[in-house]
Amino acid sequence: MTTTVQPGTGTPDQVIKQSKPGSGAGSATPIVRTVLFLLCCLWMLPVFGLLISSFRTRTAQGESGWWTAIANPLDFTQWTLNNYAQVLGDNASGVNMGKAFINSFVVTVPATIIPILIAAFAAYAFTFMEWKGRDVVFVIIVGLLVVPNQVALVPLLKLYKQLDLNGTFLAVWLAHIGFGMPLAVYILRNYMAGLPKAVIESAKIDGASHFTTFWKLIMPMSTPALASFAIFQFLWVWNDLLVALIFLGRGDNTILTVALQGMQGQTGQGKELIPAAGFITILVPIVVFLALQRFFIRGMTSGAVKG
Amino acid sequence: MAIKILNALIAIVGGIGGAMLLFWILNKLSESLKGKWEDRVKPWAFAGPAILAIAVYLIYPALVTLQLSFANAKSTKYVGLKNYTDLLSESEFRQVLLNNLLWIILVPASVVVLGLGVAVLADRLRPTGEKITKTLIFLPMAISMVGAATIWRAVYDYQPVGTAQTGLLNGIRAWFGKDPTSWYQLDKLHFNSLLLMIILIWTQVGYSMVLLSAAIKSVPEDTIEAGRIDGAGERKIFFSIIVPQIWGTVITVFITVLIGVMKVFDVVYVATNGQFNTDVVGRRFYYEMFTNGNNGYAAAIVVLLMIAITPVLIYQVRHFKREEANR
Repeated sequence: MTTTVQPGTGTPDQVIKQSKPGSGAGSATPIVRTVLFLLCCLWMLPVFGLLISSFRTRTAQGESGWWTAIANPLDFTQWTLNNYAQVLGDNASGVNMGKAFINSFVVTVPATIIPILIAAFAAYAFTFMEWKGRDVVFVIIVGLLVVPNQVALVPLLKLYKQLDLNGTFLAVWLAHIGFGMPLAVYILRNYMAGLPKAVIESAKIDGASHFTTFWKLIMPMSTPALASFAIFQFLWVWNDLLVALIFLGRGDNTILTVALQGMQGQTGQGKELIPAAGFITILVPIVVFLALQRFFIRGMTSGAVKG
Repeated sequence: MAIKILNALIAIVGGIGGAMLLFWILNKLSESLKGKWEDRVKPWAFAGPAILAIAVYLIYPALVTLQLSFANAKSTKYVGLKNYTDLLSESEFRQVLLNNLLWIILVPASVVVLGLGVAVLADRLRPTGEKITKTLIFLPMAISMVGAATIWRAVYDYQPVGTAQTGLLNGIRAWFGKDPTSWYQLDKLHFNSLLLMIILIWTQVGYSMVLLSAAIKSVPEDTIEAGRIDGAGERKIFFSIIVPQIWGTVITVFITVLIGVMKVFDVVYVATNGQFNTDVVGRRFYYEMFTNGNNGYAAAIVVLLMIAITPVLIYQVRHFKREEANR
C-alpha cells in the first residue's frame, strides 16, 4: 500500500513513488472509476430487474418490461405488494412460499449447528493428540473435500427407501451433516493448528484433561473458525437444490429452492408470483452474507474447497 | 407448522445435547482404561463420530456406487462394463460430455481473469469505494443457483412475437425493431450453454476477486518498489512481479471453480432442464437416477465424473502435504 508522503521530506524511494502514477488506494483514474461503476451497475442489473418485477402487478408485468418502470416510477397503478401477500400463502401457482420459508429454516438450522460440535472434537484430535493413522485419515479427509456429493446419492436413496426416510427432515439433516463434515473438520483443524502450542502445553502441565482443555480453552479460542464454517454450511444448505430435491421432494416439507424451481414452468396463473418467490428465496442468504461477510472471507482464505 | 418448528428445536437440542452426551460418555469410557490404552483409545473417541459420519455418508456409498455401476438399471444383475459402453457410444451422452468440456474450458478461466481484473482495479479506489464495489460484485455468491436462474430471467426471458417482451435482451432487440429470440433454444455454436455459463460466472467472480485481492495486498511492497526503481512500467510490474507471487491463489481459485463446474447441476436443471442441447453430466445423472430410475447409468456417470476429478484430488492432496511441510 502506498503511504502518503509529505512534500520535501521524502527519501529518494518515496520521491519515485510519488512521481509515478502508482497503484495504491485512491490512485484510480476517472476511467477506472467509470469502468468499475458501470460494472457494478451491470452486476446488480438482473437483481434489480427481479426486484422491480416482484412489486409489479400481473397486468403490468405482462404488458411491459421491468425497465419501463424505471422510466415512469410514479405510475402507481403498476405497483403492488399483492404478489408477496399471495405467494406467502396458498395461491394459484400451487406453491406456498411461506410454508417453504419455514421448512428452509427447519432444514438449515440443525444441519448447520449439529456438525460443528462433532467436527470440533475431531479437529482437536487431529491437532493436539498423537495417534496411529492420524495423518493418513486426515489426508483422506482432505481428498474427500473435492469429491462431489453425487457419488453417495444412489446408494443413499436406496437405503433411505428401505428405512422409509425419504421425505423426512431427518433424511436431509443427516445427509448435510455427512456431506459437510470433511469441510468442517478441515477448516477447524487448520485453524487449531495455528493456535499457540504453549497455551495447550501449559494446560497439560496444570493437569487439565483433553476434555477440559477442549471445552475451556480450544472452543473459545476457535470462535472465528466456528463462525466461518457455520456461515459456509448455512449458505450451502439453504441454497442447496439437489439434496433437498432428492430426499425431501415437493411435498409438504418442501424448501424454498425446490419450491422456486417448481414454479419456473408456470405460464398461466401464478407466473407473476415468480419474481416475488425468487426474492423471498434469496433474501435470508443475502442478509446473512452482508452481516457476516468478514467471517465468510476468512473461511475462504483458509483455502477451503468444497466438492 | 408449529409441529415442524418444534421438530427442528428437538433436532437442535437433541442433536447438540446428544452429541455432548456421546462425547462425554466416550471420554469417560476411554478414561476408565488403564495407562497406555487410554492414550490409544481417546483420539478415536474424539475423532470417531466425525470419521463415522464421513464413512457412512461418503466413503461407503461411493464404494457401493462403484459396484452399482457394473449392475443393471434396477441393480438386480451384474452387466459388466455395459453401462459404460452404452453411455459412451450414445451420441447424446457424448454431447453431454462435450458440453461439460466447454464449461470446463470457459468458466474457471473467465472467473479467474474477471476476478483478477476487478481486484486490481478496485484496489485503486479509496477505501469506501473499494468496499462498496467489492460487496456488490461479491453479493451474487450468496445467491442460490435457483435464485440466480430466476434473476436472469429478467435478462433472458422470451415472449412470442407481438406480445410485450419481459427479458432485457429481447427488449433491446424490440427497441431496434427486431423480432424476439428464444435465447435458451439457440444452440448454434452452443450459444445457449454460454448464456447459462454467464449465470454461473456471475455468481463466482466475487469469490475469485476477494481471494485474489487479498493475495495481491500481501505481495511485499519492496518487490514492487524494486521493479519501479529498475524502470518497469505498471503492466510489467503486474505480470512479472505480482502475478508470479499470487500464482498459488490463482490455482486455488481455478481449482475450486473447476470442481464446481464439473458437477454443475442446478443452473442447467432450472433454466433449461438440459433441453436444446445444453445438458451436462450433473443434470443427466439426476435424470438417470431420479426420473429414469436407472441406477446403473446413474452410478456409471458418477464414476466417470469421479475419474475426471481424480487429478484434481491428487493435486489437492499434494498441495496440502506441501503446505503442512511448510507449517
